[in-house]
Amino acid sequence: MSESLRYIQAVNAALTWALDTREDTVYFGEDVALPGGPFGATKGLHKRFGSTRIFDTPISESGFLGMALGAAMTGLRPIAEIMYADFSFVAMDQFVNQISTIRYASNGRWRAPLVVRMQQGYSPGACAQHSHSPEAYFAHTPGLRVGLPATPDDAYQMLRSAVVSDDPVLIAEARMLYPTRGPVRTDAPVEPVGGARVVRPGTDVTVVAWSRMVSAALDAAGQLAEEGIAAEVIDLRWLNPLDFDTVAASVARTGRLVVAHEANLTGGFGAEIAARAAAECFADLRAPVARVAAPDVPMPAAPALQAAVVPEAADVVAAVRRTVGR
Amino acid sequence: MGLPDDYRLMARIRRFEERLTALKDDGEIPGSIHLCNGQEAIPVGACRALRDGDYVTATYRGHGWALSRGVDLVGLFAEMMGRDSALCGGRAASPYLSDPARWFVGENSIVGAGVPVAAGAALTAQRTGSGAVSVVSIGDGAMNQGNVHEAINLAAVLDLPLVLVVENNVYSEMSRIEDMVRVRQLTERAAGYGVPGRVVDGNDPDAVAEAVGEAVARAREGSGPSIVEAMTERLVGHYSGDAQHYRPAGEIAAAREREPLVRIRRAADAALAEQLDAIDAEVAAEVEAAVTAARAVPFPDPATVKEHVHV
Repeated sequence: MSESLRYIQAVNAALTWALDTREDTVYFGEDVALPGGPFGATKGLHKRFGSTRIFDTPISESGFLGMALGAAMTGLRPIAEIMYADFSFVAMDQFVNQISTIRYASNGRWRAPLVVRMQQGYSPGACAQHSHSPEAYFAHTPGLRVGLPATPDDAYQMLRSAVVSDDPVLIAEARMLYPTRGPVRTDAPVEPVGGARVVRPGTDVTVVAWSRMVSAALDAAGQLAEEGIAAEVIDLRWLNPLDFDTVAASVARTGRLVVAHEANLTGGFGAEIAARAAAECFADLRAPVARVAAPDVPMPAAPALQAAVVPEAADVVAAVRRTVGR
Repeated sequence: MGLPDDYRLMARIRRFEERLTALKDDGEIPGSIHLCNGQEAIPVGACRALRDGDYVTATYRGHGWALSRGVDLVGLFAEMMGRDSALCGGRAASPYLSDPARWFVGENSIVGAGVPVAAGAALTAQRTGSGAVSVVSIGDGAMNQGNVHEAINLAAVLDLPLVLVVENNVYSEMSRIEDMVRVRQLTERAAGYGVPGRVVDGNDPDAVAEAVGEAVARAREGSGPSIVEAMTERLVGHYSGDAQHYRPAGEIAAAREREPLVRIRRAADAALAEQLDAIDAEVAAEVEAAVTAARAVPFPDPATVKEHVHV
């Protein structure tokens, strides 16, 4: 069975599923209970599940993420919401020194089965402090699973995967995708965390993307097809665990690789994909790996300036043309 | 409980840490260690107010809390020797060890970071109705961490069963408390969180037990968190190897006259003194046996180094 849902509705459906089917889940964050979340992700949940299951916290990201960890270690399965990904930076200690390390440092004796949900990326008029795409910071941290759903269906499936995982999982959604609509398999079995997906087959070049850039890459592939270039598009979905096998298998077929993300270029996760390709796909590559990314500038607020930095389908098209020598 | 038991536990902590220092000097323990010499009455008194199932979270100066919760001596020595201990397999060492079997949520090497985690353990207790409380120890320096502020307020608004024990040894690592805060007692901040705060003599296990017991009872009945500020003095440096040039002449010598073990010794009559001598001998033997047993624990297998990153 599949339902047509907007991305944000799919998030809501996954959270409803989590609170309904798992008694050990609790949901908390800023303005999530009575207000229902600034984007409506938790709309109706407080009314249905009550304050013991979903509650509002003070504006204290570090405090409530640490609380999520302690609760996860001792038997709950907390889902904590960071309203904007930009606010995760004030809680970086929780991600890097606490949540991601306790299982390892205790030799596997503690577990931290928690989920952090947040949304990221630019939107018109949002300033540098509300537009970060920080996934690379988190993917750099051993012990943390990191997923970036690109479709309403994945917003539902990946969040459910995160909830049942016994590892700490960060789900970074894309605010700009919230209004997008698509089929959501609401009765699908819960998948384990992980796995990239070829979302458009092609033979000339592999385009790896995630989050909002997947739809940009698909748009680009459509345009390139009219020029006779068959681009294969991979939705990477998870940065940890990284399914590089799917990327390598594609590059073995196409011989060319373009990586596209909205985060800025230097040290972005595209660099990791490029490095892995250089190390593991060298013999298959017929052209240098190309990266599509925002330039290394803080995100400006004015739409006229944003248009000059935010990568879109046209940037993917241009990178593919360079890569295939057209 | 009471005097002989408290003395035994404090003596065990002291002896354990003295032995640790010697092992470090002999090169058997790598890395930095942070000792609680002089502060033993705080964990011993506080844990007297606890029962099985209550959570304890401590700092890198947390050996006393681990021992007060019954964490195994051999495991502690082996862990700190970098061996494949039953505690953390050598992955945590002195400043980050934990023991779920003893509800010891663990130490933390990031100053103040234990408080939000302890609030989480309190949240579990509250939401599951287990009746457990969560006790967390920090130093006076940690009261200036944003994390701690966030967690106390969170615990207050959620009425979490959390007890914050501030071990005020008047040094934020190597800096005097007077230069770090503009309040005379850190519990003056309790009013700012809307929670009770009490100052106690942290070198008196009975006083600590009474104050923490009151806070634990309050937490257990659902009335929310409290802060207990236990005044104490560090007999040693912030870390092993700290030359303590920053401490005024005579300060440590004076502290040695007031520390909890000496205090009990001074007040003891002949009969008690004899009993304490026997305890000291037993503790020394027990600690030495633990060192011997720990030395028999193998070093961890490097082939396992990537295990337990994920489930």
